[in-house]
Amino acid sequence: MRTDKATLQYHGQPQLRWAFELLSKVCAATFVSVRPDQRDDGTRAGLPQIVDRQPGIGPIAGISAALQEHPKAAWLVLACDLPFLTERTLHHLIAHRDPNKVATAYRSAHDNLPEPLCAIWEPAAREPVLAYLASGKQCPRKFLINSATALLDLPERQALDNVNTVEEFGSATAALKRPGGVSKTVRVQYYAILREQAGRSEETLDTSASTPAELYAELRKRHPFQLTAEQLQVALNADFSDWQTPLKHGDTVVFIPPVAGG
Amino acid sequence: MKAFSFSQAPLTPDVYRAELADPAAGGYAAFEGWVRNHNEGHAVTRLEYEAFEALANKEGERIVTEAVARFGVLRAACVHRVGSLAIGDLAVWVGVSSRHRAEAFAACRYIIDEVKHRVPIWKKEHYANGDSGWVNCERCAHPHEH
Repeated sequence: MRTDKATLQYHGQPQLRWAFELLSKVCAATFVSVRPDQRDDGTRAGLPQIVDRQPGIGPIAGISAALQEHPKAAWLVLACDLPFLTERTLHHLIAHRDPNKVATAYRSAHDNLPEPLCAIWEPAAREPVLAYLASGKQCPRKFLINSATALLDLPERQALDNVNTVEEFGSATAALKRPGGVSKTVRVQYYAILREQAGRSEETLDTSASTPAELYAELRKRHPFQLTAEQLQVALNADFSDWQTPLKHGDTVVFIPPVAGG
Repeated sequence: MKAFSFSQAPLTPDVYRAELADPAAGGYAAFEGWVRNHNEGHAVTRLEYEAFEALANKEGERIVTEAVARFGVLRAACVHRVGSLAIGDLAVWVGVSSRHRAEAFAACRYIIDEVKHRVPIWKKEHYANGDSGWVNCERCAHPHEH
């Protein structure tokens, strides 16, 4: 695939931005690992960055740069080509972290080997990683296999399936769109008649709806809303929106009944 | 004062009016919307206003900015009540100061008309017979019943 996988869109925004926001919910600080030549590209510029110190050796360059930049921090390292990843998978990793090991990682659902790019790398990994690189080795997976790594089973089997070909991108996009495909979490706020009919002023829910139109159709099955979508307007994140705008993970949605100010 | 804002407390037009004073102004026009005791044949006892304030503040400010640009007035502002209101209470205030009267009236009219149609504010009427209803929402939801 010739495309920069960070720019692919599965959730209505570049995957790098989506992964960054997901990590920001569970980490104290979040950075994008970049090669020196990627610092100013449109997807990565403007985000806090950690620049590779040994570019050209693959993802372990980013891991070693992070461990050197903040030696006391543990790093939740995440690839940005994982369209099926969920916040739940990250929470599970963090909840089962073993800080006395060099790293905590998931076993691959395909070959049971550690997945280095959705793993917590401890400060204790810094010295052995530098020694590993000094010996001319570069494979982060082999590093974890040969280190004291805590290994976990994935709570969601497909969470770390990545995308490497145009065909895989197509099938991942289709899978995410299917009902019951990987869901996103949105907050819905209710006002006036919708608040009374929903019996609440807001709710947070997981949905596979890809647009506000689909979300409202889904909510009409759960709440006795009598207004049709044609009678409403919709706002995303406190701005008027189109009914067909792709919903993103973390969006706040408001359905606006006919107004009556004055 | 802000171009558009909400108030939980009773509105104070004299205070707002003073904010619009301008040495270049030759006049001031205001509109006050009051709570009346009837609507479409029903005796109304009180009202509740509710707003989606995060968006309403932005849209209200856009309307006032449009009015200033379109009519060339000096200053303009709008304040809307939220909460529970009694008959006779002031629900909304619009004020405009300008060099000449024509554009002051026109801008005032524009702001109140646009606010009623565009800003996410809702009004629930409580009726003398004990019923209540969201204006523009209850009947439009059952068009075949009327």
